Amino acid sequence: MSEEILRIEHVSKKYRLGMIGGTTLRDEIKRKWAKHRGLEDPTAKIGSDFEGKIGDEFYALDDVSFSVDQGERIGIIGHNGAGKSTLLKLISRITAPSAGSIEMNGRIASMLEVGTGFHPELSGRENIYMNGAILGMTKAEIDKKIEDIIEFSECRRFIDTPVKRYSSGMYVKLAFSVAAHLDSEIMIMDEVLAVGDMAFQRKCIEKMSQVSETEGRTILYVSHNMNTIRQLCNRCIVLDHGRLVFNGDVEEAISIYLGHNSKEYSSCIEVTPSMRSPLWPDPQVSIERIFAESPDGIISFGEKLRFRVEICNRKETDEELFLRIAVRTGAGAAVSMATTPKKIRVPANDECFVAIQLDTAQLVPGSYMLTFALVEGGALGFDSNVDVLSDVYSFSILATPEFNHGAAWNTQWWGNLAISDLEVEQN
Amino acid sequence: MKKGIHYKLISADAKGIGFNFKEVWKYRDLIFLLVKREFVSRYKQTILGPAWAIIQPLLTTIVFTFIFGNVAKLADCGAVPTFLFYMCGNIAWQFFAGCLSGTANTFVLHRGMMGKVYFPRLCVPISTVLSRMISFGIQAVMFIVFLVIYLFIPQYKIGINAYVLMAPVLILQMAILGMGVGVIISAATTKYRDLQFLVGFGVSLWMYATPVAYSMSLFKSSRALYLIARANPMSPIIEMMRYGFLGPDAGSVDWLSYGWSWIFTLAVLVLGVLLFNKVERNFMDTV
Repeated sequence: MSEEILRIEHVSKKYRLGMIGGTTLRDEIKRKWAKHRGLEDPTAKIGSDFEGKIGDEFYALDDVSFSVDQGERIGIIGHNGAGKSTLLKLISRITAPSAGSIEMNGRIASMLEVGTGFHPELSGRENIYMNGAILGMTKAEIDKKIEDIIEFSECRRFIDTPVKRYSSGMYVKLAFSVAAHLDSEIMIMDEVLAVGDMAFQRKCIEKMSQVSETEGRTILYVSHNMNTIRQLCNRCIVLDHGRLVFNGDVEEAISIYLGHNSKEYSSCIEVTPSMRSPLWPDPQVSIERIFAESPDGIISFGEKLRFRVEICNRKETDEELFLRIAVRTGAGAAVSMATTPKKIRVPANDECFVAIQLDTAQLVPGSYMLTFALVEGGALGFDSNVDVLSDVYSFSILATPEFNHGAAWNTQWWGNLAISDLEVEQN
Repeated sequence: MKKGIHYKLISADAKGIGFNFKEVWKYRDLIFLLVKREFVSRYKQTILGPAWAIIQPLLTTIVFTFIFGNVAKLADCGAVPTFLFYMCGNIAWQFFAGCLSGTANTFVLHRGMMGKVYFPRLCVPISTVLSRMISFGIQAVMFIVFLVIYLFIPQYKIGINAYVLMAPVLILQMAILGMGVGVIISAATTKYRDLQFLVGFGVSLWMYATPVAYSMSLFKSSRALYLIARANPMSPIIEMMRYGFLGPDAGSVDWLSYGWSWIFTLAVLVLGVLLFNKVERNFMDTV
């Protein structure tokens, strides 16, 4: 089962900055002629001397090596420009590497874009054949699978309508269906699911997990949606500025990607005006500093997070406020909220320190962000925000062996809250 | 790594001419579908549809017959109808020119598709040539219909002869030559867009160096012109086509020139495929 299927060795991809597509025959001849006579390049940009020759080059990928076994589902994450798409392009043979080699032991189905080769004038059915052929299927193979493809795409009613009349969601569904039914050993996907609706996204993830588990197909998946990465992948690669910075466990990779790197972690958050929500820009009562007790922002499941919050009151009167902490996932989805049971009293023209404790026992392992807010309790149960610091603190919860009795937690289905076990009475 | 049936190595240092005909053959269904796609999309939302394949050369032929034949009197074709003389040359030339200019923008026109998925890039120019061949086939039927009609008109003398059997060879040669030149240009246009503008101009210039609008015999007055006309690989093809279908009055057979034409064609094909192969690895970075 664990047979190596893809090996990438010291792969680099070099681009020339500012020169891509910008050459004309005239420039080239001028350059050759100048070189021939020993003059400087007349087409070089003035002032680019100090950077020299090397400054004109840019490594989209820099000495990347890793290998993938059959049946693995690899997530590739990284910020924009980290080289994810370049890596996929090299693997799917769209362009060749500048250095290094890529070995693979199987056919590749790449979906760097949905509906490659779709022609608006052709019907859905004709486009299935077209797209399938581009992806390397023969007509006979498509004939065998066309019913499954149409069924999966949920577009049966419109299958003989030109695709120019399709909605963009239908377009994606149809295109994904073709790729999912390819006979390939390696599947490459670049954020293609982002366009479909939630139900279809889930169906796609299930389909991919299924083909990977039952048919032993290997999947390389690029996404910025950590939820889908968590759900689909069993290993992650993190790229940063063309370099491979991490290769291994999914949760760890995600926390590295989200910037919870222990080196960058700071346990004291000094509030600056830019951190404040623009809706409440200049509060009279404000949070000035937050000290976190956890040394690295990583805790185990069930542990408590302790903070000391410094609150400053610039008013001439004493103020009484609630302190509230809203929890969001690393991807930004709201999870829950915790508030102080009673109002905190801040004396006039003074500051005070509050020690608080956030119980995370109900949060499942993963990465989260906290929003701190001061809230004024108004009449009639309304309350209004005074100072809001959005997503200022991030942390990760690591799974313990006891968590969920050792089984994996499927965030996509079960969310981020773990409620206590069912009470059972058997009679 | 154990090397399975689908083993592949992509390396930075390309070694030699790794051109894979087997792979192109494997993708034959794609070629077929590309031909179909080009054909369907070309005539979508036109009232006359595929009839345009006939109307276009018919109109050009009428214009040529009138201007070059009747006004300028450049058609030296004896008792052969001028109309047929021009139609024969025109259809053949349009086929060649279509193959050339169609394949010349392969990379630029299909970069969207090629930038997202791998398939043997040569499939695209091959499909372009095949789709031109279909149009040519329709036009050839039209030509034969006219030929038969003229055969029954006693005042004209059409000397159709055994050289007609050369037609498939000539068609194949035009396809190879057109695709070869087109592919060389397409490989060069990935870097230098200048060539794109030259193609249209170059093709019409080439047409005037070929006996399409006039007879080969007109060149005979000047030694230099005659030499240029014979060195042009398209001349003997058009001439032989006319000779076969219309007789010795309309065309000629020049084996020396024709032999040279084949040498040129094959050289262009080899060079084109080599160049194409070199460019296809990295063209996405420059196109």
